[in-house]
Amino acid sequence: MLPVPLEHYLVLAGILFVIGVIGVLINRNAIVTLMSVELMLNAANLLLIVFARVHNDIGGQLMVFFVLTVAAAEAAVGLAILVAVYRRKGSIDIDGLNLLKG
Amino acid sequence: MSLIIFWTAAVVAVVAALRVITLKNPIASVLHLIVALVALAILFLQLAAEFIAMLQVIIYAGAIMVLFLFVVMMLNLRRDEFGPDPLPGVLLLGAVAGAALLAELIIVFAGSTARVDVAPPGFGGVQSVGRAIFGDYLFAFELTSLLLLAAALAAVVVTRTRAPNDPEEA
Repeated sequence: MLPVPLEHYLVLAGILFVIGVIGVLINRNAIVTLMSVELMLNAANLLLIVFARVHNDIGGQLMVFFVLTVAAAEAAVGLAILVAVYRRKGSIDIDGLNLLKG
Repeated sequence: MSLIIFWTAAVVAVVAALRVITLKNPIASVLHLIVALVALAILFLQLAAEFIAMLQVIIYAGAIMVLFLFVVMMLNLRRDEFGPDPLPGVLLLGAVAGAALLAELIIVFAGSTARVDVAPPGFGGVQSVGRAIFGDYLFAFELTSLLLLAAALAAVVVTRTRAPNDPEEA
């Protein structure tokens, strides 16, 4: 048996995901917003690992592997965009990013 | 014993995650996010995902967070550039929306009655993950190399600076 009840893991993942959502909603610093997205990805990763264990299916862990890859790509591109925005506007306040053509 | 490990890692992860979104200094946020990621890696270990736990520490806490730290330090934001405090209305709206989402999630999760068997020996180790990657998931694995190449190219293209007399400059 799984020594820790399944609900514990599910609720923990839910809490972490909600913290990420709140972070995206209330923060104006674009870097912290990206970090909140990473938190949400990790909550999903925890669920994938838990259900890989529940169903004894290695595929869930492979999905986490691919999510790691996507997170790396997302961080690289997102941070590159932030650097470009900072060069142009001198700030990474999200509220200032309201123009389609900078 | 495993309950103690779970609660320790869970509390550390949640507290660190809360500090990530509430601290004003982005460097402190990055460091707290690393703490949360390592706590999650401990949970992964508990769930018979040894290989993924190691990847979590090496790639996530190591490589990706160093990338974040590098950009935070390169932008070198002064204290007044960290952005103004969120308005009370925005904070309230975020808290209410988050609480509603959490309530929904818990309602859904509370009904789960999945049964768990003992993990087969070697489940989640390097061998079983490697066999799956280079077996059933080979095509997806090859596609990730393309994804990483595209991301690296995009990062270079987006951040490059052109010379002033470059004819391509619009």
